Amino acid sequence: MKVLVCISNVPDTTTKITFNDDNKSLNINGVQFIINPYDEIALTRALELTEAQGGTVTVLHVGDSSTEPTLRKALAIGAHDAVRIDALPRDAFFVAMQISAYAKEQNYDLILTGRESIDYNGAQVSSMLAELLDLPSVNIVKSLQIEGGQASLEREIEGGKEVISCPLPLVASATEGMAEPRIPNMRGIMSARTKPLTVVPAVEVPVYQHIERLEKPAPRSSVKLVDATETVKLVGLLHQEAKVI
Amino acid sequence: MPQDRFQGHDYYLMDELLTEEHRLVRDSVREWVKRDISPIIEDYAQRAEFPTQIIDGLAGIGAFGPYIPAEYGGGGMDQITYGLIMQEIERGDSGVRSTASVQSSLVMYPIYTYGSEEQRRKFLPKLASGEWMGCFGLTEPNHGSNPSGMLTHYTDDGDHVILNGSKMWISNAPFAQLAVVWAKDPEGVIRGIIVERDMPGFSTPETHNKWSLRASATGELVFDNVRVPKANILPNVKGLKGPLGCLNSARYGIAWGAIGAAMDCYDTALRYSQERIQFGRPIGGFQLQQKKLAEMITEITKAQLLTWRLGVLKNENRATPAQISMAKRNNVNMALQIAREARQILGGMGITGEYPIMRHMMNLESVITYEGTHDIHLLITGMDVTGFNAFT
Ligand SMILES: Cc1cc2nc3c(=O)[nH]c(=O)nc-3n(C[C@H](O)[C@H](O)[C@H](O)COP(=O)(O)OP(=O)(O)OC[C@H]3O[C@@H](n4cnc5c(N)ncnc54)[C@H](O)[C@@H]3O)c2cc1C
Repeated sequence: MKVLVCISNVPDTTTKITFNDDNKSLNINGVQFIINPYDEIALTRALELTEAQGGTVTVLHVGDSSTEPTLRKALAIGAHDAVRIDALPRDAFFVAMQISAYAKEQNYDLILTGRESIDYNGAQVSSMLAELLDLPSVNIVKSLQIEGGQASLEREIEGGKEVISCPLPLVASATEGMAEPRIPNMRGIMSARTKPLTVVPAVEVPVYQHIERLEKPAPRSSVKLVDATETVKLVGLLHQEAKVI
Repeated sequence: MPQDRFQGHDYYLMDELLTEEHRLVRDSVREWVKRDISPIIEDYAQRAEFPTQIIDGLAGIGAFGPYIPAEYGGGGMDQITYGLIMQEIERGDSGVRSTASVQSSLVMYPIYTYGSEEQRRKFLPKLASGEWMGCFGLTEPNHGSNPSGMLTHYTDDGDHVILNGSKMWISNAPFAQLAVVWAKDPEGVIRGIIVERDMPGFSTPETHNKWSLRASATGELVFDNVRVPKANILPNVKGLKGPLGCLNSARYGIAWGAIGAAMDCYDTALRYSQERIQFGRPIGGFQLQQKKLAEMITEITKAQLLTWRLGVLKNENRATPAQISMAKRNNVNMALQIAREARQILGGMGITGEYPIMRHMMNLESVITYEGTHDIHLLITGMDVTGFNAFT
């Protein structure tokens, strides 16, 4: 089985977010980047499946050379080889176009992504990619089993779950539950040194979107304590300040 | 213990001096400590028990012989990688780091450096995988800072030797499968010899009631006419320089490890100072608390620079024993002072096992004593700069 796992590189969850002066881009100075956690889940499941059934796992990332530590980590976790498409990931359509241009030639049996990246939370790449490759697409998958060229996928839905079967090849996006991410071990880190990391030039993609402005939410104001006897004051505050009633 | 919210502290952007692989190893060990050590360590320390279930994990993340060549099962990594691994493990607990230090620097290092090819092949892969754990016997009841006076000795018995004597304060002793023991040969020369668990006459009674390194097992090594094959003698070193070579490697790792303990105390105290409100504002806003925190991060930063430079020298095989002594002494003392100050920032909460500081503080009392006491390292520096020996 030939599996492709698409990986994005996102700021660590504890990062204090600031923007560049034009308020159109993230200030990455001093920011620690990590593998998008949902992608790490997808990668782990891909490894579990190929370890049990044979096959290879390729990790792919659209980004400039500064993101290679992320791919190297994916190799240390166990991916067999890595591909970096050399371009800044402008928007979801751009990324999906890049991945599809590469994946078209490779005949993957399974393409996994995370449900969304935790930086811009667009949750679009997976479906766009499936569409561009003309493959079935299943999103936000909690469990993925594969047997005899057939995938069985579970999704959580309002008040229950949905079980889907679908022939390979397909594109699926992973969420919590699909696998428990692994920590790279020493053997993995040692072998990652010699695993191939191929850099592929980007394809031309028309520009459809522009970021006009990024804004942070207003800071949370401090808690106001109202004495239990002052219900009138409480109602007044809820009405005039919090504007919830 | 509540969730481990530790974040590294890198005030002088030292990460830029590390390679991508250094950072990957460091971050992986940090993740492992958060997942497998932090949630359990307080409980094991309180019960004074070594968590044997972490041995596989320690081996997996490369804590056993990271700088031993890969052909013997080691990681084949450099000295800075070794240091970073020790730092991250000690960030979790000095006792766990002690287990890893002993295995790497006091057991694998002498077998690799002073051992025969057969000894290397027989012991190193199993020590690297954690299948066998080792311990290091130098200190004796009456010979601590002055190991050259040791009494443990062996006599000749054909293709065997007969070993007698005892060692004290030996980390990992209660569960180790083998011990690298320093003993005098019939000519009175100090030699290294590998004693195996099942050899008749060899026992390892546990040392109880420690107030420090409680999650690390400590014991004695007692040799009562133990017959050890001569093939277990380390052939390539004679005299005190044997154990001192091992101690150099371990002390180097401790210099890094102490930074881990210090960072954990600082990190805990910093976060607490931002969240704890007294007199209507976070205590971090008061000058007295800021003085403590500002001095802590200053000392941590100095120690990081010192240790990184020492790592570069060690990689180039140029670090002198006296340079290593200076770093061990400075960094452990720095960590201990920070633990004491950090504990105060937490007030009463600093006294409980809810936070790691008091455990670090008590652990560091051993760390400042073993591998050469704080005083002894000062005497080493003193002798190095003046040329006069003040030991005897
Ligand atoms: C938890 C723990 C684990 C340990 N693990 C190991 C181990 O795995 N293997 C091992 O071999 N040992 C181990 N040790 C032993 C440790 O290395 C010794 O305790 C240490 O070397 C000090 O020796 P001592 O306790 O006999 O103290 P002493 O040597 O008796 O020292 C007592 C005091 O006298 C001072 N002093 C001694 N000589 C001088 C001098 N010339 N001038 C001025 N002051 C001096 C010392 O600084 C100290 O303050 C461990 C110790 C502890 C506490």
